[in-house]
Amino acid sequence: MAADPVCVERRFDVEQFLAEEQRKDLLRFTTAGSVDDGKSTLIGRLLYDSRSVYEDQIHAIRKSTVNRSAGDLDLSLLTDGLRAEREQGITIDVAYRYFATAKRKFIIADTPGHEQYTRNMATGASTADLAIILIDARNGVQAQSRRHAYIAALLGIPQFVIAVNKMDLVGYDQNVFHSIREEFTGVLRKLGVGAWWFVPISALKGDNVVRRSGAMPWFDGPSLLEYLETVEIARLEERRPFRFPVQRVIRPDQGFRGYAGQVASGSIRPGDEVFVLPSGRSTRIKSIETFDGPLTRAFAPMSVTLTLEDEIDVSRGDMIVAADRPAPVKTFDAHAVWLSERPLDPARPYLLKHTTQTVHARVRSVDHRINLQTLEREPSRMLELNGIGQVRVETTRPIFADPYKDNRVTGAAILIDPETNATAGALMISRIAHDAHGAGPVTAAERSARYGHPGGAVRVGLREGVALLLERRLFDRGALPLIVREWNSAVESAARAVGALAIIVDSGAPPIELPRSDEAAAEALLSWLQSSGMLRNEFEVTGGEGI
Amino acid sequence: MPSLSHLQRLEAESIHILREVASEFQRPVMLYSIGKDSSVMLRLAQKAFYPGRIPFPLLHIDTTYKFREMIKFRDEQAARLGVKLIVHTNREAIENGANPFVLGTTRCCQLLKTQALLDALREGGFDAAIGGARRDEEKSRAKERVFSVRDTAGQWDPKNQRPELWNLYNSRIRPGESIRVFPLSNWTELDVWQYIHVERIPIVPLYFAKERPMLVRGDSLISTEQPFVPRLPGEEPKLVRCRMRSLGCSPCTGAIRSDADTLPKIIEELISFRRSERENRVIDHDQDGSMELKKREGYF
Ligand SMILES: Nc1nc2c(ncn2[C@@H]2O[C@H](COP(=O)(O)OP(=O)(O)O)[C@@H](O)[C@H]2O)c(=O)[nH]1
Repeated sequence: MAADPVCVERRFDVEQFLAEEQRKDLLRFTTAGSVDDGKSTLIGRLLYDSRSVYEDQIHAIRKSTVNRSAGDLDLSLLTDGLRAEREQGITIDVAYRYFATAKRKFIIADTPGHEQYTRNMATGASTADLAIILIDARNGVQAQSRRHAYIAALLGIPQFVIAVNKMDLVGYDQNVFHSIREEFTGVLRKLGVGAWWFVPISALKGDNVVRRSGAMPWFDGPSLLEYLETVEIARLEERRPFRFPVQRVIRPDQGFRGYAGQVASGSIRPGDEVFVLPSGRSTRIKSIETFDGPLTRAFAPMSVTLTLEDEIDVSRGDMIVAADRPAPVKTFDAHAVWLSERPLDPARPYLLKHTTQTVHARVRSVDHRINLQTLEREPSRMLELNGIGQVRVETTRPIFADPYKDNRVTGAAILIDPETNATAGALMISRIAHDAHGAGPVTAAERSARYGHPGGAVRVGLREGVALLLERRLFDRGALPLIVREWNSAVESAARAVGALAIIVDSGAPPIELPRSDEAAAEALLSWLQSSGMLRNEFEVTGGEGI
Repeated sequence: MPSLSHLQRLEAESIHILREVASEFQRPVMLYSIGKDSSVMLRLAQKAFYPGRIPFPLLHIDTTYKFREMIKFRDEQAARLGVKLIVHTNREAIENGANPFVLGTTRCCQLLKTQALLDALREGGFDAAIGGARRDEEKSRAKERVFSVRDTAGQWDPKNQRPELWNLYNSRIRPGESIRVFPLSNWTELDVWQYIHVERIPIVPLYFAKERPMLVRGDSLISTEQPFVPRLPGEEPKLVRCRMRSLGCSPCTGAIRSDADTLPKIIEELISFRRSERENRVIDHDQDGSMELKKREGYF
């Protein structure tokens, strides 16, 4: 058994600790499960076993008067929050927890399992890199488990962990775990989830949570925490075309004019050609300014200030983009999660906030709603609190959008009710409507919608045969493959600009180790392209057949 | 493909938040409490608007019972950065003799901090107040939003907070309402110290261990800066090597015994520590859930 990564006592060297700390990255994950599946216990266990709770907090739950399971320390109380909730003995909101191990920092968005709290789950999922879905081993896959996976997939979480909990109550039986895994894998496939992993645990006893368990020798994977510490985080935003929503113009004096913002996706260097939307004027990046000095490169999600070669009128709400630009749209389809007590009403005006721009908007129609019991589409003219559906939205001014599946920043928007100022709806843009097309240059969003992928590249090493097979597989599914034998920045920008998926044949290493047979290698690369989000899965989140 | 470290990600997120506040509100203000979190916020504000100046004033709620070193540090920082500093005190309460021993800690805080803050925000006509609270500080803060709406009385309703998705912050408010903004929401205490270390951010010397005259009462070390702190019969201050883990009013901020006189030593102490930082503040020794009650009333 592997040495426990957390509890090994060694002489502490603070300088070394600080150096290591500065290299640590950050994984944000969300947790979903039905009431009593053991979510609070699991989070409490992660915090407690990774020594992220303070003595006084432990002391407080020892003496707490609402301790539900007397006797043992009730770890679920570590994560209970507000007074009203504590009195009801349930969690009813999104709460954020922080913990760190020697390898990584973590932020947990803890969201509840109640049917009526779709809203909170969507909120927690919106910024998550990974979702943990809890399933009670005794109950197996429930309608709610499907619903949680559905919402997490809808919000674009690229990686899933399915924790089958309470294994102690089914005698640590591997058949229980395997049949749940089989059934739920089908669900995840249908949802088009990129990557997933199943783990059998007991949150109460601690099996496979932080330490690998001797009780389940048939499971040879790492513990849940070991997995979270080492899983490669899919940061799709770094591979997307450059998008920079302007937050603010910085103009300390006549001599300096800079545009402050956070890089939403992609990267940029001084000298690169860019376009300013909505004017569409082209210019080049003059410099990338920060308090700590100018940079030679900025990438998502850095907050920087850009200066441009030419004097162009740029203000808050504009977007600076690379050659493969997003579509300026006034009409689009979106998946909507309704967040407000007041139902969606197509007769009423809304405000829409998208990146740094707020515009007037109307919901022209509700196309369908998702029945959250069956996950099937059903006709509906409206959406109520916690409802999910597809809507068509119209704005008075154009926004610069990509499909949400390609870009979780430029594909997302919120609707604000101007009467109550409530955040009424969350929108994930699914399709840029046709009437926005046909005018102006062909946009990256249009290309991506047609080909099923944004511009990108994949290496096959020197395997010519693999390149040809992969090209065929991609072409047959409507993609735009392009075999390239000499890869340089000019080819790269041309390939990106036309939205092609370049297959590079050269001595560079492929992204994964390739099997010996060409067929198997092409197949492996195809599924890598899907799991890394470069190629859209053929299953759409709202497939409609129900799952 | 290079990737950002966790501190760089937190920094980028906080800068984004500060720029949103400055751009979407008419009259934002930054609450400056002089402590380590405020010092980090101030640095982030410098970064957010560089090479421009910080486009909002700082507001310090001065109870008049803060440590002298804090006030000196505050004035130096404001002068050095050329940022406007507003200092507000509930004069009436002070003139009526308010202090924690006469009124009790809770009532004293209510008058000199909560009331003073609400008055200052109203008088200044501020529609957004930026604060340094972190979600990891206390259980009830774990659910706090980055943009948190306060009603016309400055109060917080835990049942009526707006869902916050992605980094799309809803800044719409009605006249009289205001928003509290917490750019450090996702930072932990350790993140704050690391950032101070990496960025070489100035902090009040009280955070560093030194021999200081203290009243020693069991585990508590109480400063004698304020003459009204009552002495037990025969009690004399003793020189104790100690430091402050968080800064507040001198009579109500317990010091801790410590040898940590450098940042690495503070960080080392912190990770060997198994007690949360608020426990050292006398103000939180009320009943369970007291922070949430204060928040509902408008305390930060
Ligand atoms: N036997 C057993 N009980 C568990 C396990 N995990 C949680 N429980 C119990 O299940 C109940 C519900 O757990 P809790 O964490 O509050 O569930 P939540 O509603 O999902 O947060 C509590 O009584 C826990 O002690 C487990 O792995 N095994």
